[in-house]
Amino acid sequence: MNAIEVENVSKRYRIGQTSYHTLREDIYNITGRLARLRKDRVKANDAGHIWALRDVSFQIEQGERVGIIGRNGSGKTTLLRLVAGITRPTTGKITVKGRMAALIELMAGFHPELTGRANIYLNGAIMGMSRKEIERKFDEIVAFAELENFIDTPIKRYSSGMHVRLGFAVAAHLEPDILLVDEVLAVGDAEFQKKCLGKMGDVANEGRTVLFVSHNLGSVVSLCPRAILLDQGRKCAEGLSSDVVNEYVAKTSENQGERVWDDPRTAPGNEKVRLHTVRIVSGGMVTSSVDIDKDVRVEVEFWNFKAGARLSTSIGLLDKMGVVVLASGNMHSANLVRDEWFGKAHPAGLYRTVCTLPGNFLNEGLYNISLSVLTDITNFEIAEREVISFTVHDTGAMRKEFVGVWGGVVRPKLAWQTEYQGPLNDGHGELS
Amino acid sequence: MRIVFGKKDRPDVAKGSGRGTRVMTAGIGSQFNLGEIWRRRDLLWTLTLREIQIRYTQSVLGIAWAVLQPLALMLVFTLIFSVLLKVPSEGVPYPVFSYSALTFWTFFQGSLTRAIPSLEANEALIKKIYFPREFFPISSVLSAIFDLVIAFVIFLVIMLYYHTPFTLNMFYVVPLVVIQTIFTIGVCLFASAFDVYYRDVKYALPLIVQVWMYATPIIYPMSSIPERFWKFYLLNPMTGIIESYRAVLVKGVQPQLFYVGVAAAGAIVLFVLGYFYFKRIEMSFADVI
Repeated sequence: MNAIEVENVSKRYRIGQTSYHTLREDIYNITGRLARLRKDRVKANDAGHIWALRDVSFQIEQGERVGIIGRNGSGKTTLLRLVAGITRPTTGKITVKGRMAALIELMAGFHPELTGRANIYLNGAIMGMSRKEIERKFDEIVAFAELENFIDTPIKRYSSGMHVRLGFAVAAHLEPDILLVDEVLAVGDAEFQKKCLGKMGDVANEGRTVLFVSHNLGSVVSLCPRAILLDQGRKCAEGLSSDVVNEYVAKTSENQGERVWDDPRTAPGNEKVRLHTVRIVSGGMVTSSVDIDKDVRVEVEFWNFKAGARLSTSIGLLDKMGVVVLASGNMHSANLVRDEWFGKAHPAGLYRTVCTLPGNFLNEGLYNISLSVLTDITNFEIAEREVISFTVHDTGAMRKEFVGVWGGVVRPKLAWQTEYQGPLNDGHGELS
Repeated sequence: MRIVFGKKDRPDVAKGSGRGTRVMTAGIGSQFNLGEIWRRRDLLWTLTLREIQIRYTQSVLGIAWAVLQPLALMLVFTLIFSVLLKVPSEGVPYPVFSYSALTFWTFFQGSLTRAIPSLEANEALIKKIYFPREFFPISSVLSAIFDLVIAFVIFLVIMLYYHTPFTLNMFYVVPLVVIQTIFTIGVCLFASAFDVYYRDVKYALPLIVQVWMYATPIIYPMSSIPERFWKFYLLNPMTGIIESYRAVLVKGVQPQLFYVGVAAAGAIVLFVLGYFYFKRIEMSFADVI
């Protein structure tokens, strides 16, 4: 029996600053509003709209665990929202059988002024538990969240980690037939993440259906036997999750080491700063595959439209499982050299910032770059996740002796030294 | 102790978020389903409690606000309309006369000002979790009943002070509050859904509420309106409702069946239409808000 059936589903969103109207705009047609709503969806031309999903179909059997992967903006979250019933498809049909819990935003139902206790009741009810059910599981939820001592404190005094724990604890005790999970495991400390993954494994083993959306390919492979790959709103692969993950990895490294946005009106960013180019340069060439012993230059070009903006740039480096390897920025105290433009007022114009990752530092494999340009060191003007990727190959530089699989996220050359401390018989008798 | 529930002994699951099949298709078809409200009544109750808790933990005077507003208006109106302008009050002390109406008008006004922006205010939830969206405006209205009860207790004290006789007819207040609540929810379903699309609603609201108050016999008796206008005047369901409160509480008589009937009919029609309209466009809230 299928727990979830998605048939030819498409979803179109209006793009633009606000989607609600003012009365003035619509007053001429106020009585026809309802009719217009329907026509809008079918007739309006595509300008000003974006297809978040196009003709996606798949079935998930009861008790199956399926992962959904894809780049940012590939439609993963939209798909989850549709299955969760938060929004309606523009075309197509979705059928869901059984009680469903959507862990899309664990903390959406929280209110900061209320105590942990009140929030458990509130969030539990929002997620679909009855009062009796919550009462019965209350102690278990509190224990899972490890918040026994803070349960009567307003949650505005909680740390963000405590929020997450409380949110997951409520959701984990929901006992749904179908569980939708979106990236919640990206938050919280490592210890708690492990606990959550364990709990999700339990849930799945109890024969529940799980639909899991994540950037973390490692947890998709370990949790879900099957995966679906989305690209630009279309389903482009479906099958064994290890195969699909490999296809995804191959696809995301297809770029040629350079991404250029030509139009300063639509490039990523905002009216203050927009991204022009991101490129990977290694060995004097623009490339997406680099040698393990060569420096990797991450070159970022951006337009500054607002004279006087105090700009700074930072990057995040992620491995193929989505683990953040490092974060770095051009601030003086974190810079090997000196970037005179850091935090200084930038006249309007085109700028290039270059960050150099040393050779003999990363391990083999795919790495992704996330990029941000900030004003006043705090405000994100450009924040692009996984904007460009590159693959590190060991072409033999570190393979002269050992040829096996080299574990680890990084593979720096470190200083090794062994000293001879003297013969074995140094005053302790001789081995015979 | 870890409690594990097998599939069979999970008694509360079925009435949780609705077992069974849910089909979503394109378009804006309506999901007219009053059973859903009943099935998820625990959530409605919890949301109502949340509204009350939040309101009174954030303000210093707390519950006193529920009393202060109608009380202050009553004093101002007594001064202006009774002492200065000598508005007739049908032989009843003016404070009792005006407070009897203001208690319930405050309930109406409070409901509107809370319920109509409620969808907008809960944007984060609407975008992230599905549950019946009408719970936002409905829980706002229900939470206002809490204030009403407090204000009503004060009213009883005022009645005692002015030696207004208590009669059994006072119990008519209960069905009247039910009618008023249904009517209020109807208005709020319409207006809150409308507010998602047109933020103008929020700005127009204070003005509309004020005009509405003067179009309802609150500071003056209905008898001061020429009788030939009554058929229009009664089109405002609040007229029949307020006039009936005054009859059963202050005058100690039975409410006029005609007034109550008109108000009840208006309330039910508005509720059904409002609910239909709301459910019809509910699914697009997450995209528009």
